[in-house]
This record gives sequence, structure tokens and C-alpha cells, in this order.
Amino acid sequence: MESKNKNDHSILRIEGLKKYFPVRRGFLQKIHGWVRAVDDVSFEIERGKTMGLVGESGCGKTTVARLILKLLESDEGKIIFQARDISRFSEKEMKPYRKEIQIIFQDPFGSLNPRMTVGQCIEEGIRISGIKHASRRKERLEDLLKMVGMSPDSADRYPHEFSGGQRQRIGIARALSVEPSLIVCDEPVSALDVSIQAQIINLLKDLQDQLGLSYLFISHDLNVVGYLCNTISVMYHGHIMEFAPSEDIFNHPCHPYTISLLSAIPDPDPDKKWYVKLSNGPISDSDGVLEGCKYQDRCSIAETACRKDRMVFEKVGENHFVRCWKAAKNI
Amino acid sequence: MNPAEETINTTDYVEAPPAPKRTRMQEFRRTLGQNRLAGLGFIIFFLFFCCAVTGLVLTSGSKPAFDPSMVRLEEKLRPPLSKPNLKALRPDQVPVLNVYLMGTDDLGRDVFSRMLQGAWVSLTVGFVAVGISVLIGIFMGGIAGYFGQHHIKTVHILFFLCLIGGTGLIIANFTVIGTVILLLCPAYIFYSQLTRHGSTEKETPALKAMLHSNAVSVDTLIMRIVDIMLCFPSFFLILTVVALLPASIYNIMIVIGLTSWMGTTRFVRAEFLSLREQDFVAAAKALGLSTFRIIFRHIMPNAVAPVLVSATIGIASAILTEAGLSFLGFGVPPPHATWGNILSNGKNFIFDAPWLTFMPGIAILIVVLSFNLFGEGLRDILNPKLRERY
Amino acid sequence: MIDRRPTNDWPLLCVENLKVYFQSNGERARAVDGISFEVREKETVCIVGESGCGKTVSALSILGLIPTPPGEIVDGQIIFSGQNLIKLDEKEMQKIRGNHISMIFQEPLTSLNPVFTIEDQLGEAVKTHKSINAEELNRYCIQLLNDVGIPSPEQRLNDYPHQLSGGQRQRVMIAMALSCDPDLMIADEPTTALDVTVQAQILKLLRSIQQKRSMSILYISHDLGVVSAIAHRIYVMYAGIIVEQGNTDQIFRSTRHPYTQGLLASLPSLSKRGKRLYSIPGSVPNPAYKPAGCPFHPRCSHAILSCQDEFPEMCDYGEGHQARCPVLFKSKGYKGPNEMLKNTMS
Repeated sequence: MESKNKNDHSILRIEGLKKYFPVRRGFLQKIHGWVRAVDDVSFEIERGKTMGLVGESGCGKTTVARLILKLLESDEGKIIFQARDISRFSEKEMKPYRKEIQIIFQDPFGSLNPRMTVGQCIEEGIRISGIKHASRRKERLEDLLKMVGMSPDSADRYPHEFSGGQRQRIGIARALSVEPSLIVCDEPVSALDVSIQAQIINLLKDLQDQLGLSYLFISHDLNVVGYLCNTISVMYHGHIMEFAPSEDIFNHPCHPYTISLLSAIPDPDPDKKWYVKLSNGPISDSDGVLEGCKYQDRCSIAETACRKDRMVFEKVGENHFVRCWKAAKNI
Repeated sequence: MNPAEETINTTDYVEAPPAPKRTRMQEFRRTLGQNRLAGLGFIIFFLFFCCAVTGLVLTSGSKPAFDPSMVRLEEKLRPPLSKPNLKALRPDQVPVLNVYLMGTDDLGRDVFSRMLQGAWVSLTVGFVAVGISVLIGIFMGGIAGYFGQHHIKTVHILFFLCLIGGTGLIIANFTVIGTVILLLCPAYIFYSQLTRHGSTEKETPALKAMLHSNAVSVDTLIMRIVDIMLCFPSFFLILTVVALLPASIYNIMIVIGLTSWMGTTRFVRAEFLSLREQDFVAAAKALGLSTFRIIFRHIMPNAVAPVLVSATIGIASAILTEAGLSFLGFGVPPPHATWGNILSNGKNFIFDAPWLTFMPGIAILIVVLSFNLFGEGLRDILNPKLRERY
Repeated sequence: MIDRRPTNDWPLLCVENLKVYFQSNGERARAVDGISFEVREKETVCIVGESGCGKTVSALSILGLIPTPPGEIVDGQIIFSGQNLIKLDEKEMQKIRGNHISMIFQEPLTSLNPVFTIEDQLGEAVKTHKSINAEELNRYCIQLLNDVGIPSPEQRLNDYPHQLSGGQRQRVMIAMALSCDPDLMIADEPTTALDVTVQAQILKLLRSIQQKRSMSILYISHDLGVVSAIAHRIYVMYAGIIVEQGNTDQIFRSTRHPYTQGLLASLPSLSKRGKRLYSIPGSVPNPAYKPAGCPFHPRCSHAILSCQDEFPEMCDYGEGHQARCPVLFKSKGYKGPNEMLKNTMS
């Protein structure tokens, strides 16, 4: 991908991010191989916009989230946040930036400390944001709870007294308590019911309009991503396979993986007949592919050339990139 | 429009928890009600506590109401609930309520008063010993669980060895050698400060590389210390230490505490290992909270549940250990009474005055049983709460 | 009331006024509060609802799998092939489980025993209900694995569950469920834990199996998309009651209950970009603290005073389509999901 010099427009830019996990076997725990969880991932998020990161389980999207938040150290690559490369920052240098990037998690049950009340949980963040007076802190707590649609007397209840959707709101309030500019949403609605999903999606959208937040929205659900995000990256086994604005991903998908993902979604619209374009061959979930395109095992249009070189991004449209030489040729 | 047909809901909807709030008292009462045995254990524990505290008040001082050390040789080995022989006693020797509630021992001392005095000892030994072991256990377990993967360099181990070795040698009167070794430590600190910013050599000499290699991880170190401590048969260890040190109740408490922290460490470490991976810990890190705060404010309250259970059972075990030590004669020195030494005394008169053995024996049984029941009940109470999901 | 037409569409399974309550922590949770549904031969019936609506409890109570200290079947009948399953004792139920009615569950990871091979587990159900020797059993197992689309079944038989992927494990579960050729298969959200592409394959598999074996499937799900792909008839559940029932066309094209309408309207998609997504306000009530009258009324934009007091009856729209909302029945106007969005945006 070309790195355009839009430093004032982009809030986050990832270049060549890599994270490999060692596989140890045997008595002496020797390194047997590597799991290439994140392999040369690059994308850009514009200020005030949402980028969707889509992929099935095990493709590395959660690892990307943790790398951006510096909860894991990347092996290679740059993380450029607000025009500064934070990828090699020490813990001390990272401290002022911690407030700027926050995260909301998938599991509403595990993401809140069961031994702290809702108020205490959110106050941890309010403390960090430096408000001194206790009364002003209480005001801020009530404001935050109202902002996410919870009643202020939820503050002295424990997380287990709330439903999944309500806990997710509390998680969002916690993330907002330090006034971030970028929020990484790691599958925030996947564990919620349909009616609650819509509430949380609306809430996220409202907050973005109100506070000018930028989102990295990670999900396996293309419908949600299509609705909410401006641009979408499709990830498979650590590689970004396709990157485009949402309309283009849905209306003109290029990569065979994107096409198979889109066709696998059953559409509740009774007028659309559900026809699944499934890929050839068995689903392999091992990382056995060492050379060439990672998708070659499942791809319906794979050729011998796909087994040789690493695929590079080819431009196929306005801000539309595909990691497949064949698909790019066919456009 | 017909008022019966107007829609009643507005679009303003504020989220509230779906169930009404239950106060802590209500929850506590209900869980104790469900767990009858635990409730019973708790009640007995509470009674024991009251006995011990009042016993301390009633039996201490120069003119206590219940005098445990008042020797009445004329009244020795009287059975329980027997009346004192008023003619043979001085007025101040007559027991309160004019009856020997639990009889007298071979020196005519009132067993009931001695039991009261001993209750306080048992309570203190139990709580202090367990308190020490829990503190050490939580600390070690927390460090092992949270920092487990951090490695300690060989240099640091050598540094530590020099420190201890040097001090030890100095204490053992090998002053010169001891000081020399001890001086290696500040020398190393000085050297490392000097070369901190200047080491950009392309080849690190083999010795330096070896010194800076990762020797062992924190987790391994702490767990092996635990394993070593577990190898010692703890009762004999306590016996040895107590025999070497001057006999006092404080030494016993400290020694029991120092030899029983291993179980707690394992529990806490296990909880930390699983809690460390939870999302709420990642969220706390993402907020930028300090490591100290994350460990003690966020993770620790979740990790102490199994510790509470093992602590209550540990109190029972400490009381038994103290009784055992006193029985063998290594406990608190006479004339201070403990349940163990009343028992020990009584073994010589088991056919003539069986109450001397039964009274402390039954008391120990009831207290230990109640602690065990309470601990088991706590386990049940604490468990479902953590797993509650709506 | 069930429409008992005396045709050869006599229902295979007929549940009438089932009530299952749970007693715990001093609360009485009315998980299933009087539902009636039926499954006929050779059809796929879906029960759709969100978490906490009681759909899983309904499915489990058919096979008598509700743990009876906290749970209790308080009322109702479950008629299967002429027998009331509630009245049967454990021994008679065991003859039915796996044999006439089988079940597949959501988590393939925990539904298979990790210490037994696939062959052991597949064969166990068959051995329990039929007498068969080892060689025939082996051949039968290979054929079953073939039927569910697992490649190289001979090698797979000796594998342990952890050596298979999630999709393959779910296929093994389906094979186990089919092993005794049941009349009815109950599937409790079998694809929720699977990736989208794997889910698509499993749904395709279920469709083909049903046609080949003339089996009925009772499919429990929360995913309306999945339901639209495989269901013949649908029951929508909310807070322990059925709020709407009908065939797929009726439910998706002309839904008549505010809850179903709200659900359909709140599904995100690319076409709704730029517009605000409709969302049903509030959340599912706690089964122990359900509102009086219609359980949906606190969240309903059509609710009127009587909805708070009277429990609504089922209103018939003909051809098997029924909905439990007298307000919409009276107004008779159909509001599609997008219309609803416009009206409630105020």
C-alpha cells in the first residue's frame, strides 16, 4: 500500500506490522516453528472515521488490536499514531498515549472486574484523567453513565447484576472516561443479542458524532461492518487480503476470500435466494502454508504462480487494494 | 383519540439493572440459611471468639475472677460440678459460683479457668500464625503469578549470594573474608552505573554474555522454594526450631506461620495465572494504571477467595499444632495454661480424672470442627457469586 | 390452541401449554410460560428468540434434560407419537433419546468426550439401541461420516476430538445424532460458535440430510438469517411465550408482532448505511421479574393501557400465521420494518 502523506487526516497508520509466536515442543522446549499471527499488516484510519477489520476466528484480528494498544510488543513494523511512531516506545514514553487509545472487548462478562462496583470501575479512568475534586469526579461519573444510556444509580451495583448489553455500555463508559481519540472495538457486539446489538451500534455511532472519535471496528460479521464502517480490511491468516471502502467491498468484491465470505452470509431478505459460493477443498486451519499466497489451499482460482511469491497489494480502484494478482488482472 | 388507545411508552429509555437490589445483609443471611452447616460453624466460631476474649479479661490481672493458677492442694482431682470443701479453703480460694465447673487438676487448680485462659492462647496462635502465612503466601503467590515470566539474570543471583554470604561470614566472625565479599556488591552497582550508557561493543565477551544470561524465571524460583519448604516435615521442623529458640508463645506463632505459607502461595498463583489473562486486566493496563495498582486493587480481590477458605481451615490446623506442641512439652511454658498442656497433664491421671483429658479434647474437637465447617461453607458461598451470570 | 387437522400431517411432536419454572436464590424464574408448538413430518421448524427467552429450556424439556432440583415442568404436555413424554419415567425416556429423538448442541468442543475416539462415541448410541457386531458397526460409522461430509472417514474414526476442527466436530455430532435414524432431530444453536463459511456448509448439510432421510428438525436459533435459510415454519419466542408463528414467507414479509418487526428492523446491513438503525429500547426482562400483562409492553412502541393489564391472546391471520398482539390485529394495517422506523423516530 502506498503511504500517502496525509498526516493531518490519518489518526493511525500501521506499516508492515508483524507478530510471530513461537511453537515450542519437546522436553527442552525448543522452538519448533512459528505461528505467524500478524504478517505484514498495513492500513490507515482517518480521523473521525471507522475502519472495519473483518475475518474469521484465528485470522489475527485480536492480535492486531493488542499490538495497537501496546499490550503486546510487535516484532517488526511501525505504528504511527498522531504522526508519532509509538511501536518502540518504552512503558514510560507510552504513558501519555495510553489515554488516547482505548479498547472495548467482546465478552461483556469477562471485561468488568466482578469485585468492583460499576462506579469504582469507571472511576479508575476518571482518576487518570486528572480531575482533582471528588464532587467533580462524581459529576463526571454521572455524565459518563448518562452518555452511554445507563441510569446514575447503576454506579453502586456490581457487574453481575446487569445484562450483557448493559455491561457493554459500562465498558464503553470506562473507555470514554480517559477521553480517548481512538477506540479499538474488539468484536463488541458479537456476544450480544440482535436487538441489543442495534442499540450498541447506535450508541457507538452517536458517540462518534458527538465526540469526534475514530474507531477500529473488529468483527467477523460483515453486515455490522458494512453498516458501520467507512472502509473495510479483510484479513485471513495474518494477511490483509483486500482493503476498500464499504460499498466497494460489498458491490465489487475482488478477492476470492471476500467473495466466499460474502456469499456465506444467510440473508434474511426473503427475496434474495441464498446461494453459497463455497471454496474448494477442505477447510484447513493449520498455518501450513509457508510460501506464496496464504489462501491457496482454499482458493477456487489458485494457480502454480500463487505458490511462489508473496502476494503484494495491487490497486484495483479508488482506494481499493487486493492481494491477488489474478483478481487484479480480471478487473 | 381514545385515552385507552394512546401509546404509553416514550422514546426516552434509561437502562436499569433488571433485578431489584439486594443488600449485603440479605445476601449474607440467605446464603448462611442455605448452608446450615456453615452457619453452625460460624456460630460456634463466634461463641469461641467471645469465650476467648472474655476469658482473657476474666483470668488475667493480679486478682482475676477466675484464677487459673490458684493452687489448692486440698482440692486436687475433684470431678466437674462438684462443690468446694468450704472448710478447707481460705475465702479467696473459693471458686466463683461456688462450684468447680470442670473439676480441678492434680494441683487443685480450677480447670474451667485454665480452659478460659487456654482459649485465648489457641485463638491468638491460630490467627497470628495464619495471618503470617497468608501474608507471605499472598505476596509470593502474587509475584509468581503476575511476574512469572520475568527472568532473573545470573549477575543478580551472584549479587544476592555475595550479600548473604558476606553478611553470614561477618556474623560468624570471619570478618575479613566476609567484608571483602560484601564489598563486591557495591562495587558491582558502581560498575554497572558507569557502563550503563557506554556498552555498544559489537562482540560481548563470553563471560559477560554468560553473566547477563537469563538464569531462571521468577515463577520457577518461587515455586522451587515452595517445593523445598514442602519437603520438610513441618511438625518436626517446628519442633526443632521451638526446641532451639527460647520458649515463648510468640516464637511458636511465628514459626508455625513461617512453615505453612506454601499452600496459600499455590492457590494465589493459580488464581493470578488465570485472572491475568482476563479482559478486565487488559482494560486496566490499557488505561495506564500502575502495575502495583493492577495487582493489588484489581486482581487481588478476585484471587483471595480460595485463600479465605484455606485460611479458616489453617486456623484449625494451627490450633491443633499448638496443642500438639504443648502436649509434647514444647509449647508455652507453665504456669500459663493452654489446652494442649492441660491435656498433657491429664494423661497421667486418665483413669482417676478422665475429665482432665476429655474437657480440652472435646473443646479442641468442637473448635476445629467448627472452623472446618465454616471454611467449607465459605467455599460454597464464595463460589457461585463469582460465576453468576444473567 | 393447536389446529388439529385430521390429515396425514398429524404432528410428529406436539407441545401444549408447556410451563417450566426454575427455583433458585429465593426467586422463581418463569423460563417457559405456557408455549404450544408442533413439528410435523419432514419439516424444519425453527424457534427464534434472543437469550433468556426460554428456547433452549423448551428444547431440553422435550428430552427431559432439565435438571429437576432447580427446574420443574409445572404444566403442559409433550406428545410424541401418541405418548406424553412428561409422564414417562427415566428408563422409557432413555429408549426415546438418541433413538427416536436426537439432539445436537451448540459447543462442539465440549459436547464430545475428549478421552474417547470418534469411533467409540459414534458407535455408542448405536450399540445402546440396536444389536450389531463390531465389523458392521465399523462400516456403519464410516458410512455415517461419509453422509456428513467428512473426508477420509476411515482415518478419522481413530482420531480424538481435539484433532478435528470445529466444523468437523459439529459434523461428527450430527453423525452421532443420525446414527439411530431418528424421526426428530433437535438442534440447539449448532452453528453459533462456528465461522460463517463453516456455518454455511453445516446448514447446507442439514438441509440435504433432511431431504434424504425424511426427518424433521427442530432448530433453535437467535440468528434470523440462518432461520430464513432453512426453516419451513417459525415460532418467535420472547420472555417465555410465543409471540408469533407462521411460515418463513409470512414471518419475513408480513410480520405482525412489534417484537418481530423490531428484530427485523434492527438487523444491520449495507443498505441501511447512513440511516439510523432501528433498535428496540430496553432489554429482555429477568425471568423472575416479568412485567404484568404483555411481557413486551415496556419496550413496545404500540403499547396502550390495556397491554399493561391483560395478557394478550393469539390473533389468527389465517393460513397458520398467528401473532400475539391485539393492538396490531385491530389496526389491521401492515407496517413493514422500514415504516416502523419512520414512525418511531420521533
